[in-house]
Amino acid sequence: MSRILKHRLFWPVVVLVALLLLNLVFTDGFFRIEMKEGHLYGSLIDIFRFGAPLILVATGMTLVIATSGIDLSVGSVVAIAGALACMRISDLSDQNSVAGVLSAVGIALVLSVVLGLWNGFLVAGIGIQPIIATLILMVAGRGLAQLITDGQITTVQSSSYKLIGGGYWLTLPFGIIIVAVVLALTAFLTRRLALGLLIESVGGNAEASRLAGISARGVLIMVYAFCGLCAGIAGLMISSNVSSADGNNAGLWIELDAILAVVIGGTPLSGGRFSLSGTVLGALIIQTLTTTIYSIGVPPETTLLFKALVVTIVCLIQSPAFRAKVFHRRRRPVPASTAPEEKVRVSA
Amino acid sequence: MTEHILRMSGITKTFPGVKALQDVNLAVRRGEIHAICGENGAGKSTLMKVLSGVYPHGQYDGEITFEGRRCEFGGIRDSEHAGIVIIHQELALCPQLSIAENIYLGNERAARGVIDWNRTNYEAGELLKRVGLRENPTTTVSDIGVGKQQLVEIAKALSKEVKLLILDEPTAALNDEDSAHLLDLLRGLRDEGITCVIISHKLNEVIAIADSVTILRDGQTIETLDMAVDGVTEDRIISGMVGRALDNRFPPRTPAIGEEAFRIEDWTVYSPSQPGRKVVDGASLTLRRGEIVGLAGLMGAGRTELAMSVFGRTYGVHISGSIFKDGRPIEIRTVQDAIKHGVAYATEDRKRYGLNLIEDIKRNISAAWLKGLSRRGWVNEYEEYRVAQQFRASMNIKAPSVDSVVGKLSGGNQQKVVLSKWILTEPDVLILDEPTRGIDVGAKYEIYTIINRLAEQGKAVLVISSELPELLGLCDRIYTLSEGRVTGEVPREEATQERLMYFMTKGQE
Repeated sequence: MSRILKHRLFWPVVVLVALLLLNLVFTDGFFRIEMKEGHLYGSLIDIFRFGAPLILVATGMTLVIATSGIDLSVGSVVAIAGALACMRISDLSDQNSVAGVLSAVGIALVLSVVLGLWNGFLVAGIGIQPIIATLILMVAGRGLAQLITDGQITTVQSSSYKLIGGGYWLTLPFGIIIVAVVLALTAFLTRRLALGLLIESVGGNAEASRLAGISARGVLIMVYAFCGLCAGIAGLMISSNVSSADGNNAGLWIELDAILAVVIGGTPLSGGRFSLSGTVLGALIIQTLTTTIYSIGVPPETTLLFKALVVTIVCLIQSPAFRAKVFHRRRRPVPASTAPEEKVRVSA
Repeated sequence: MTEHILRMSGITKTFPGVKALQDVNLAVRRGEIHAICGENGAGKSTLMKVLSGVYPHGQYDGEITFEGRRCEFGGIRDSEHAGIVIIHQELALCPQLSIAENIYLGNERAARGVIDWNRTNYEAGELLKRVGLRENPTTTVSDIGVGKQQLVEIAKALSKEVKLLILDEPTAALNDEDSAHLLDLLRGLRDEGITCVIISHKLNEVIAIADSVTILRDGQTIETLDMAVDGVTEDRIISGMVGRALDNRFPPRTPAIGEEAFRIEDWTVYSPSQPGRKVVDGASLTLRRGEIVGLAGLMGAGRTELAMSVFGRTYGVHISGSIFKDGRPIEIRTVQDAIKHGVAYATEDRKRYGLNLIEDIKRNISAAWLKGLSRRGWVNEYEEYRVAQQFRASMNIKAPSVDSVVGKLSGGNQQKVVLSKWILTEPDVLILDEPTRGIDVGAKYEIYTIINRLAEQGKAVLVISSELPELLGLCDRIYTLSEGRVTGEVPREEATQERLMYFMTKGQE
């Protein structure tokens, strides 16, 4: 029992389960999953489906944070990837052509990787602090997305493109499948190959990694590129789901949700260790929270406040120092009185 | 025994403006333990960095011959490939990774890129047995002590089929027990045919373990002594290091001890991390004016914890006991209280808790006494500068000016800055925690002189030290601490290392 209690993911799981149960109280049949027209439907499926972009962005963010870095530009990359893909598709003569859509998607993803490489170059090549280096693209990226779409919201009518974020495959929403594949690949690369170890060592003690003959620069650049790619895929999902690209609002504040998901999942911001499963849990908690806010009918003007409140509670529950203060209070030894006259003199 | 595994000849290495090494020669025989001694800045670490390829070929002049072949290492990988492994003073471990992961970092046990975790952990376990470390290979490195981490470093070196092992200050952060274990291990490795080069400030260890010793001073080789032939003593090495015979390692002093200045009674402190564990258990101490009192104890005995809990409760929870200053009970609840009551504590970890390394000397000195240097909330910068200048002169802080950044100073000069900071608060009671840790012989003498001067001024000084000879040479009276309890109080005349050690290990069965 104590081993379960001590497990890293114990508290995130507790929070997730609690949120889900809360939903069950307000929504009848919250856990029901139905098969309609060969597709799976249900609130749980929806949480996964709408949470898919966040999980992706948070996965990339996890690796960046493990190197003791941070990537604030993911929201902008989301917007740029969606904008570029939509622009390319809207230029097609046949918007449903698979080859055309694939090339648009490919170009958008390549650009995402390039943007990630840019971040990596600033951080590892020039040595700018990650928070500043990625802040550049966070701000400039919005402008770039606007530039691509000419400041308009670009809409597309492409059923092939719609598949990415809104379609189904093998009864499941396609987005869930993409997330599963990316996660499996990431888990394999980081946990079965040495990559995860290298990332953690660079984040934990960069000097030690250098002395072990590891190219910290290479690892860093690759991690930021990967984070860019993840954000790019997420951007495609988001824009495909609504069949349009909004350079201003697509992926707005997703970097903060992603960082939050990573931290809730137990990856320390100081780097050196990361937990992919924790991040997935963290992202699901955030998505479930959003769903909960709608299902229990929190007035729209207080949703942000409500969210902040829950997040604060989650963080407090997770903090060992806080738990010790609250739960161990009763086990305190009774402090001896400090009054001097009660002391027995000890002769030297 | 005359075959040399390593020969470095005519090594010269210049940094912009400084000649760190000048025509240095080093010859190490196969299968020996070779010590390198020298003061800080003598060029020991630079020499080892040249050897291990941290400074690649071309950045230095001279020749390295290893195993009969001329070597031109382009990096650490090259030297490791040749069988030369260096263990740096600042341990190069990733604290959040497991022991096994650290051992094979950059050298993973993998088939076609896929890590074989079973093999990794099994082989790591075998290596741990070899170095005598009873820990699970999957244990996180941050969960084990510094002594054990040092063993992990050695296991890591062994995993690379090392022929020449270089250890830079391996015991600097270790307690006596761990140091002894480490030295035993090195002897064992020597018997297995591994040649060791060890850099150490602890001369008693050098005497105990080395087969020969090379002394460096100011970037030059002074001499190489053969322990068996030359009958080397600590004093012999010291005179080589400082370039003159050091008759007395401790400055002379005639103690003038006055009234009681500070008394702690029945002081009990609980651990903040392990609920219910007493770190200090009913300790009582008395310090008198003009007296230098030692506090001896093994690692984990609670010395620092005692000092910090007294100093404004900066350590521990549920602290109980009473403090008397000049016979009157006082309350010290915060560091501000401590300063107000004239109590100062100079930390054992000056880099982490004692200094702001990226700030200059004057700001570091004024940090604890800004109140005295300011008027209506404004710091009088002229006064700050003047005070710092005064300390630079009186403490002999070797720096171009008081605007120099503290992080660039040597350990001894950093320690002088820490002491200046606390002396500025005009304390009556000074608690100095490991005041000479990691600083060289010459600077130690200066620190001792400063401590003596403080006592002459009528201040009460409590010195915490792991080096018993230091306590014996410096203190008028020595308390011993074991498992948080004061187990003995020995006046100077009766104090010997054996007697102190007896009290320090008392009640540990």
